[in-house]
Amino acid sequence: MSTVTATAPVATTTRSSKKPRTSTSGGSGTAWAMLAPAGVLMLVFLIVPIVLTLSLAFTDARLISPTPAKFTGLTNFTRLFGSNVFWHSLQNTIVFAVVIVPLQSACALGLAVLVNAKVRGTNFFRTVYFLPVVTSMVVVSMLWLFMYQQDGLINSLLAQIGITGPDWIGDPNTALFAIILMSAWQAMGFHMVIWLSGLQTISADLYEAASLDGAGPWQQFVNVTWPGLKQTRTFILITITIAAFSLFTQINVMTQGGPLDSTSTLVFLAVRTGFQQQQTGYASAMSLVFFVLVLAVSLVQRHLTRDKELQR
Amino acid sequence: MISLKKLGVLGLAAALSLSVAACSKGGGGQATTNSTAGASGPVELSMWTHNAGNKEELAAITSVVTDFNASQAKYQVKLQSFPQDSYNQSVTSAAAAKKLPCILDIDQPNVANWAWAGYLAPIEGLDDTLSKFLPSTVAKYDGKTYAYGYYDVSLVWVTRASILKKYGIRTPTIDQPWTQDEFMAAMKKVKDSGDYKFPADLATGWTGEWWPYGFSPQLQSFGGDLMSRPDYKSAQGVLNGDKAIAWANWFADMAKQGYMPKKSSSDPSQDFMNGKSAFLWNGSWTAVPTRKKFNDVVFAPPVDFGNGPKVGGGSWTWGASTNCSDPAGAAEYLKFAAADKYVAKVAQDTNNIPATDAAAAMVPAFAPGGENDVFRQYSKKFTVLRPETPGYPFIATEFEKAAKDILNGADPKTALDQAVSNIDSNQQQYVS
Repeated sequence: MSTVTATAPVATTTRSSKKPRTSTSGGSGTAWAMLAPAGVLMLVFLIVPIVLTLSLAFTDARLISPTPAKFTGLTNFTRLFGSNVFWHSLQNTIVFAVVIVPLQSACALGLAVLVNAKVRGTNFFRTVYFLPVVTSMVVVSMLWLFMYQQDGLINSLLAQIGITGPDWIGDPNTALFAIILMSAWQAMGFHMVIWLSGLQTISADLYEAASLDGAGPWQQFVNVTWPGLKQTRTFILITITIAAFSLFTQINVMTQGGPLDSTSTLVFLAVRTGFQQQQTGYASAMSLVFFVLVLAVSLVQRHLTRDKELQR
Repeated sequence: MISLKKLGVLGLAAALSLSVAACSKGGGGQATTNSTAGASGPVELSMWTHNAGNKEELAAITSVVTDFNASQAKYQVKLQSFPQDSYNQSVTSAAAAKKLPCILDIDQPNVANWAWAGYLAPIEGLDDTLSKFLPSTVAKYDGKTYAYGYYDVSLVWVTRASILKKYGIRTPTIDQPWTQDEFMAAMKKVKDSGDYKFPADLATGWTGEWWPYGFSPQLQSFGGDLMSRPDYKSAQGVLNGDKAIAWANWFADMAKQGYMPKKSSSDPSQDFMNGKSAFLWNGSWTAVPTRKKFNDVVFAPPVDFGNGPKVGGGSWTWGASTNCSDPAGAAEYLKFAAADKYVAKVAQDTNNIPATDAAAAMVPAFAPGGENDVFRQYSKKFTVLRPETPGYPFIATEFEKAAKDILNGADPKTALDQAVSNIDSNQQQYVS
């Protein structure tokens, strides 16, 4: 029910924002025509699926069935909340998000500071760090699957320094951690570029003034760089969080949720239920719960970041 | 001028939205008309296959179609091939749009599901012909025949005569396969020798349909099963009974003792050929490469765990859809294509077991005494079909998950109980 109330204001704001535009005569027809492609795409690929999910979640709809879907009330939700796999998946999703947000943003910031240095060859390193981002996630997952094997590259390197590495992907205790590490590695290049753009908006004068005042590199970072990255920080926080919640590809390629549900996530569970198990209604209920979760987290984040703006 | 420009923009927008709608509906498949009765000339029958990436089989099927089109003037079959990965999806979306082709191929385990959903029309008047086919190549649901296939494959233990000799292991025969004790003793012997890290490879690295196809035969050999047969009402006591638990313990033990990897590599045949494993559990499709590599390959029958050796059955089959506007034409094609010479042709070109005795006689390798005859014998003698119920795709995913969890140390009883309760609640909708 909370989603119904949550989506309502969105609808009203778009409607009210459209009104003044129609009142301006002249090019309004052209404006509508230019809006149409994007509007149609949004409608077909965003609004319609969301509405469908919302309604299918309360039915017993199937992917393949001779009988039409029947309204089943909250059956899907009671079944979902009574399912161990669901709670496991929710827990894994949250752990993944909570760990990867600070890890990935911190590493990306570190890289950004490094490649922002005025030394030769930074362009080379920028390209190298960005390479994983433009590589397909499926390819990256396959490669890391080989690296994570018990006799793979990582364990061979560990053996060199006398450590017997675990069966990274095969052990329920390390599997999620291994996925986190690999995901952070793959995506940090993208956020490095965002940080970098933030870094370059900070005026060099500030650094000069700081160094004249006798501030060392660390003090400069804390007092000049960090406050200067406020906007970038918000953006990165929100994008990483949303990406983290929709974790799917790596799981699908590398572990299929195993071993023992240790890497199952909400999106993976919904896809498995909806397509392989053909339970469209039940999968829609999962997606709805996921939607509410992401919405809630985004609202909280927006609220937190907005508060700080007001305090200033 | 302005209005013209406006019109253009609007038109563009409309065209774009139309193409978007077309994309979302087509789901990869082009929307073709099922069968168009031309005012003059033959009736066109559309036909879909999953073989786009499979050159040999596609060529064989194309030659059947060409022969059919040349044999009469009334119908013209038009073949369209899809990549296997997106084939089922294309069929499902075509069914939703009521645009299924007249004739299509179907993976045998899906037949019951699609027949129940109303995608497939029963095949009538072919009972005589199909009675000569291997039972596992004729897909039935609810007492009616919905599809037939040209070939089947068999599961075998691949090993080498030199390996059996070195470790003093008896060479099993179709009448005297290995028993569980014999097999486990062999595992121990090979493991203890230290020559192999893992004596056996059961292709546990593969995912999806391989799990029920490759591992439910062992479950059945222990005396368990995926579902109660033939009513397919419940898995209770069958998938979680004592015999199923015994299977689960054996399966987990294979990994625990280090007799097989919990997750083998993506190419177990290659590993076997590189000498990484001594025994490989795999389909008869490994025969061609392994024979090329070794001259002493042995294709041993499945182990008898008490209830006789078992192998899975059922491969790609052909049937007619309910959307066909000329069902008589589809029936005529299916009748024409079921001839022994086409069974022989497709089976030979794909290196699979021909569905009929007469066809097998035409393919030297599968004829009695031929090098592949052994696969046909296993298939004839040991095949247990995967449950022919619309609930099968669901059962398959639950079995895969339970088996993987058991391999990774989950309590067998708990894992199988969970699978049974999920399967039974899903199965309710089919039994009414």
